[in-house]
Amino acid sequence: MVVGSVAAIGAGLAAIGAGIGIGQIGRGAVEGIARQPEAANEIRANMIVAAAFVEAVALFAVVVALLGNG
Amino acid sequence: MFNLYFIPQEEFCSKLGYFNPFIPIFAANFEIGMSFRRIKSLLVVSLSFVALLVSTSTKANESVVLPTDSNKVKQPIVAEAEPAAHAAKEEGSFNVTETILEHIKDDHSWHLWGHTSLHLPVILYTSKGLEVFSSKNFLDEHHEQTIYKGNFDYKIIEGKTKIVDAAGVVDVQASKQLWDFSITKNVASLFISVFILLVVLLTAASAYKKTGVKSAPKGLQSFMEPIVLFVRDEVAIPNIGAKRHAKYMPFLLTIFFLVLTNNFLGLVPFFPGGANVSGNIAFTMTLAVCVFIVVNLSANKSYWEHIFWMPGMHWSMKLFLAPIELIGVFTKPISLMIRLFANITAGHILVLSLICLIFIFKTVFASAIAVPFAVFIGLIELLVAFLQAYIFTMLSAMYIGMATEEHHHEAHEAHKEVAHH
Repeated sequence: MVVGSVAAIGAGLAAIGAGIGIGQIGRGAVEGIARQPEAANEIRANMIVAAAFVEAVALFAVVVALLGNG
Repeated sequence: MFNLYFIPQEEFCSKLGYFNPFIPIFAANFEIGMSFRRIKSLLVVSLSFVALLVSTSTKANESVVLPTDSNKVKQPIVAEAEPAAHAAKEEGSFNVTETILEHIKDDHSWHLWGHTSLHLPVILYTSKGLEVFSSKNFLDEHHEQTIYKGNFDYKIIEGKTKIVDAAGVVDVQASKQLWDFSITKNVASLFISVFILLVVLLTAASAYKKTGVKSAPKGLQSFMEPIVLFVRDEVAIPNIGAKRHAKYMPFLLTIFFLVLTNNFLGLVPFFPGGANVSGNIAFTMTLAVCVFIVVNLSANKSYWEHIFWMPGMHWSMKLFLAPIELIGVFTKPISLMIRLFANITAGHILVLSLICLIFIFKTVFASAIAVPFAVFIGLIELLVAFLQAYIFTMLSAMYIGMATEEHHHEAHEAHKEVAHH
């Protein structure tokens, strides 16, 4: 019971981190597009890749939480 | 229209009066085109929603009505949650974690529909030789786990085949001698994806053999060509360099198409797909080991120099950096392995837990929320499936590029001279 709760807290913390990270990426991308609308496509592609990297880190934590739970 | 940009403000306004009738026409045409596209995509989305809603209600009724042939056809995502209904019926309480993990892990049988599943062959090598039998033998007539009597007594314990004695206790010593080469769900799914890849790629390749590279691509060829060119122009050339990329293209394309096919097959909820192949750590580890071998075998002298004796640094810094860089050699493929595994597994868990909501609330109406969400996540997973294949390939190319890069030693020498002064 306790282990499960701690794992859930860990997953939640990871989600917070990933949220901040993806938020920063989104902000950067939108600012970039606002300044240079003609580069929008390139910026969007790079944004998605960067977001995937950040998301992966959060998923590492989810995996650790799952393993700790099981 | 373009000329308008170069006309001064006042003149522009007066000209705008002349052009006025044209602008709305142009805008109207534009809007019609746009709205057609919008309606088309809306139609597709709403149709798929209706199809999914219909299939949920038929599935939910299945606990009362026996499955008929018409039910078999309509089971998209919901099909995976079907055995969950069994668990709920048998145990009275519904265990979400167990149900989800059961769908994610590898298995000896492949669930088709209702009570029908495909029993895959078990291939065992023991001290008494090779043995092949159907995994059906592990189940008795009540679908309970049982002991199969072959050369030894076999039983599946926590997903692994073990040798047991008559009382059903694991014989640890004998089990160590057991080699399991079974065609499991993941292996069968891997065979299917290899078959698909061979058909698609060999067809495209033979078309090139027949018509050459100069003529316009036809059929399947025109579908594959942009993808191959994407890997070459967006992944290989920017990361490895125009000079050396050709040597690594076969490897990168193999990785890309293998990961992509398995990711997409994993998203198909019914029979030929649905196995969690690229969400299996053994599969991703094999790919990562391949990347590790290719990177380190193609590494040049300057790459190893940068790892063990970083140029342009003070000797104490060099000593400090060497172990860190050495660990980096291993963590790169390990991060590749975990990234793909975690992304695909998390996607499967997400979709399954959304579908499980229906069984947690024990009402069909929960599907009104769960199914649209599952469709939404499923669409995101389509993006992730492609993105992860792309990222795996791109990072492999980047590591190869780092290992084969030719450094300009003049820069370091200039650095050293500055340090000496």
